[in-house]
Amino acid sequence: MALVLGLAAPAFAKEAPAPKAPAAAKTAAEASQKCIDCHSEAEPGDKSAAGKSVLLDPAKHAKSLHGSGKAACVDCHADEGMRKYPHKSPKPAQCESCHAKAVKEYATTIHGMARAEGRMVAATCSDCHGTHDIKATSDDAAKTSRANLEATCGACHGNEKIIKEGKIPGGNVSALYHDSIHGRLLGGTTKAKDKVPVCTDCHGTHDMRPKRDPESAVSRANVPETCGTCHGKVKKVWAGSQHGKLRANNVLQAPGCTDCHGTHTIADPKTPKWQVGVIKECGGCHTEFIKTYRDTYHGQVTDLGFARMATCASCHGAHEVLPKSNPMSKVSEQRILATCQACHPKANANFVKFQPHANKHKKESGLILYYTTLFMQLLLAGVFAFFGLHTILWLYRSLAEMKAKRARPTRESEKH
Amino acid sequence: MASQVQAGQAAAAESRGAAQKYYERFDRVDRVMHAFLMTTFIGCAITGMPPLFSDEPWAAGLARALGGFEMAALIHRICAGVMIIVWLLHVVRIFGDAIRRTGFLAMVWGPNSMVPQPQDIIDIWLHFKWFVGKGPRPPFDRWTYWEKFDYWAVFWGMAIIGGSGLLLWFPAQFAAFLPGWVFNVATVVHGEEALLAVGFIFTIHFFNGHLRPEKFPMDLVIFTGRIPEHELKDERPAEYRRLVSEGRLESTETTRPTPWTETFGYLVGGTAVILGTLTVIVIVYSVVT
Repeated sequence: MALVLGLAAPAFAKEAPAPKAPAAAKTAAEASQKCIDCHSEAEPGDKSAAGKSVLLDPAKHAKSLHGSGKAACVDCHADEGMRKYPHKSPKPAQCESCHAKAVKEYATTIHGMARAEGRMVAATCSDCHGTHDIKATSDDAAKTSRANLEATCGACHGNEKIIKEGKIPGGNVSALYHDSIHGRLLGGTTKAKDKVPVCTDCHGTHDMRPKRDPESAVSRANVPETCGTCHGKVKKVWAGSQHGKLRANNVLQAPGCTDCHGTHTIADPKTPKWQVGVIKECGGCHTEFIKTYRDTYHGQVTDLGFARMATCASCHGAHEVLPKSNPMSKVSEQRILATCQACHPKANANFVKFQPHANKHKKESGLILYYTTLFMQLLLAGVFAFFGLHTILWLYRSLAEMKAKRARPTRESEKH
Repeated sequence: MASQVQAGQAAAAESRGAAQKYYERFDRVDRVMHAFLMTTFIGCAITGMPPLFSDEPWAAGLARALGGFEMAALIHRICAGVMIIVWLLHVVRIFGDAIRRTGFLAMVWGPNSMVPQPQDIIDIWLHFKWFVGKGPRPPFDRWTYWEKFDYWAVFWGMAIIGGSGLLLWFPAQFAAFLPGWVFNVATVVHGEEALLAVGFIFTIHFFNGHLRPEKFPMDLVIFTGRIPEHELKDERPAEYRRLVSEGRLESTETTRPTPWTETFGYLVGGTAVILGTLTVIVIVYSVVT
């Protein structure tokens, strides 16, 4: 077959008669047939002056949305002279004449804005939708279907070379997403496969705005709403928490979903690794409390990577976190005993007077604790200072004595 | 001339060898207790270091190597339990000896008592003078001031670390009659005192007992229980003179240590010194950085 085509190709280049201009009355399919006749017989190696392959797979094209008769070649390749043969290399296909609304929307997306700034690495229509093989998003074979979207976005956002050369923000988010709980469920076999978000579920499609844009679905203010689309119950609990209340009062610094869970790295919160890792996220804002937490056995064991000990959320709750003064808080006077008893069933009123965040260097945490710490530190300093000096002097004297002892017999032998 | 030197050396070698007399310094119970103390102490130190230095890069690796924190905590508590038993047995033995044989005065006063005495203050002064070359070595008796310090550091340390450790081991039970802040204090005391104990034993005690040039690489007396005559005369002249004048020198004399106890001493003691020194290096590195 390749041989036949190989023989046929030169003939096609020299002898094919120039197609006549198609009559306006012809259908899109009829109008395209002449183009397809030539382009389907081209060799895989045949290239246009612009260096692109001129080969078209007629079967694939016929199955595409456009090829099934809805659009003619020249509808997209609308440059002057395209209806004649020979013709120049066409400019990139235009979509606007039919998809005006989509093209207008695209201009407001992060991709469209980047292109307008001259950063041509940004995706355009065909990068996401394809070219001669465009299919409806609802079709599993479409580049924009749930099944293929990870690969479609990943073609750029998972390609280290393109990311580096195009200076694409966020890095290899495709790989991160792939290993996230969402990505793993998407690739899995459970029912969740059909429910977990793919790229566009969070970022949008033709409304995919940069996160710095307040209108963006992934802007700081909108993240809880976006995650809440699926995680509605959690969002409601969070909204009632101290963090959620602060957000309701426009305190944007208060953490939303991604501050603790991450974005493309979202992990299964049931894994020990995540449970001990998130402590650092809490500690990122609550810097004083993570320090004092690490002074306790709870904090030390979790620091070593073991999740069996109490983490922040074990005592304070996660999405429902509230200040101690609120009776609904897990650490309020009313509820603290029950909270401790979750791990220490025999805990009593004395037990819960333990200060899990005592600062041993501050008098406010208790004078006995403060002075005990001071005493212990002075004791250590005193003992090591005294015996440090003792040891150094002793070592010096011992070495001097040994040297003298070794020298003595020599002197005695000289006397004889 | 050369032959005279050789003959002198041979005589010295002989006096150190077969003809050497040995005196008992530590009896079998002392040695066994020290062995238990040593192994359980190292066990507690190594399993206790990861949580105390949890933010250091080596801590998580060591905790995993020990079989996870649950296993580390189990080893820590087994060692602690044995150490507490040794401590209690020691106290019982000291009081038992006082009641049955020596009387309470000898327990708290005199050359066989571990209680610090005026002579110890004098000895510290004289020892420092010797360090700087302003006098002879003080004539030490059975227990030197640094040995007494070692003893009390460990005695107090075990009471403090053991006590606070028990509080932290059984918080709910102790909270039945103790206020919650006690556990905050216990946490601080347990960690700081442990650091003191580990730092002291693995540097000062090792130097005083084993690593100083006169003893290097190891003083076997705690493993064999026997001190050679020349060492008793040189290092503890006051004890030697006292034993002679009391007429007890003969009864203290014992046999030469068997080779296997010496080998055992070198192996066990050497392992302890290496483990301890490594621990100290890691701690010093962590504290400095």
